[in-house]
Amino acid sequence: MTDFEPTIIAFVCNWCTYTAADLAGTSRLTYPKNVRMVRVMCTGMVDPQYVIKALLEGADGVLVSGCHPGDCHYINGNFKARRRIKLLKEILPQFGFEPERLRLTWIGASDGIQFAEIMRELVAQLKTLGPSEAKLKMVI
Amino acid sequence: MAKTAQIDVKDQDLLGALRGFFMAVLDQDEISAILVPWRLPMKNRVMPTLITDPARLDGADPLSPAFPMNGAKVVSRLTRKASGGKIAVVLRPCEIRAFIELVKLKQGRTEDLVIIGIDCLGAYRNTDYFNWVGEDIGASTKAFYTRVLSGKGAAMDGIDLAPACQACEFPVADGADVSVGLFGMDTDSRVLVQARTQAGEMLFLNLRLSETEEPPERKKAVDALVAERIAFRDRMFTETHAATDSLEKLTGYLANCINCYNCRVACPVCYCRECVFLTDVFDHEPSQYLRWADRKGVVKMPTDTVFYHLTRLAHMSTACVGCGQCTNACPNDIPVMELFRTIAHRTQKGFDYEAGRSLDEKPPLSEFREDEFDEVVGIG
Ligand code: SF4
Ligand code: SF4
Ligand code: FES
Repeated sequence: MTDFEPTIIAFVCNWCTYTAADLAGTSRLTYPKNVRMVRVMCTGMVDPQYVIKALLEGADGVLVSGCHPGDCHYINGNFKARRRIKLLKEILPQFGFEPERLRLTWIGASDGIQFAEIMRELVAQLKTLGPSEAKLKMVI
Repeated sequence: MAKTAQIDVKDQDLLGALRGFFMAVLDQDEISAILVPWRLPMKNRVMPTLITDPARLDGADPLSPAFPMNGAKVVSRLTRKASGGKIAVVLRPCEIRAFIELVKLKQGRTEDLVIIGIDCLGAYRNTDYFNWVGEDIGASTKAFYTRVLSGKGAAMDGIDLAPACQACEFPVADGADVSVGLFGMDTDSRVLVQARTQAGEMLFLNLRLSETEEPPERKKAVDALVAERIAFRDRMFTETHAATDSLEKLTGYLANCINCYNCRVACPVCYCRECVFLTDVFDHEPSQYLRWADRKGVVKMPTDTVFYHLTRLAHMSTACVGCGQCTNACPNDIPVMELFRTIAHRTQKGFDYEAGRSLDEKPPLSEFREDEFDEVVGIG
């Protein structure tokens, strides 16, 4: 599996994790290019449907990332997101999706270094896990 | 403690006693109409029917094994605004539980409503019922309830209860205002009536029912039935899980699906007015299909089948009451209920929630606490 390059879809909130990614960039930190970022205003707007779609389309991993508890710019969007991730983690593993393919993190606007570290770690984990079944077998 | 009374059954005519009870309910000044399963005059079918003329209650048939739709949807229509009168509705326990979910979603109201729930004897699958019922619907209903209530089970003439009913551990209408008890009773002579809420007690008082005690045999009979149901249910969970525990198996399980979306139309708790799968979002550009096909050399049409089912599971499985209407509605014999209940069991447990249990518990996705589910955060 050494030459397997996982694809990660990351739903990141505008105010925290996206800003952190930006900071990582302007600070010239390097992180793997496997991450495709989708900027959303808040993690609270990530419908479970988006995550399911990404996984069925062959993403090897999905990350939802936003502000730390208490810092959400819409007060409680991240708490709602946490319930939705909890829900998906009850459903998806039943169908063989490894729980590691779906991650939720809090990465604050000033956490550029942490952002880069988490991306590296995620890619490493997914490389070990190998490509998703959806990518290999999905025809419907 | 629930107030308990009895209705006497004369000439061993159980159905007649229940009709008499419905008549007495409709006769109350405050009750304008009663919704009951009712025999259609033109065909041997039973449908939920709203009745204001007491004479028409002679067609009421709450004991037949017909279950053409989950009545929660009808009650939601009847109660979404004040109707100008108070309505009594006769429902199965799973219909009551679905209605409770709809009330929490603001798609129904309990004001001006009295819910009458009857111990559920179960139902056959739609197609089984149609083939089985014959011209004499009265005789069929009687044969069915006599058999079930004498403890011989519901299997008859080569058919048995729908899997949803065999797996249902809620045969008693706990969520009703007034419940009618049949299990563990000598139904040739009497049935039990219990007031479970304030609205129920009001009706109870006005009907001047004679109070009595619940016989100890009843609890035993109900417990035994529930144990049997749970055993069936757990076998169903194990088998369904084994049949769907990889994406490849799941796509096989759903291979017959033609995206007709009947299952979501039949589902009482699929609450969206307009399903996203019927909107422009899924009206893909023709060129998009070619791009999808190009990526792997193939794309099954119609597309989005597994996507649809997984999304529906995410959106409504915490409200699934296991009524089986999705399976009933599927034109291609996919065991939809089995899949949805299996997953719903997990999602409801995950939030310590049970669909239809109580009006006071908010649907899990409509609330949150600041301090919870930390285990799903992080990449460790
Ligand atoms: S998913 Fe099926 S079993 Fe569950 S509530 Fe809807 S129709 Fe009933
Ligand atoms: S009713 Fe059956 S065929 Fe139609 S969408 Fe549901 S599972 Fe698919
Ligand atoms: S604004 Fe960042 S999670 Fe809500």
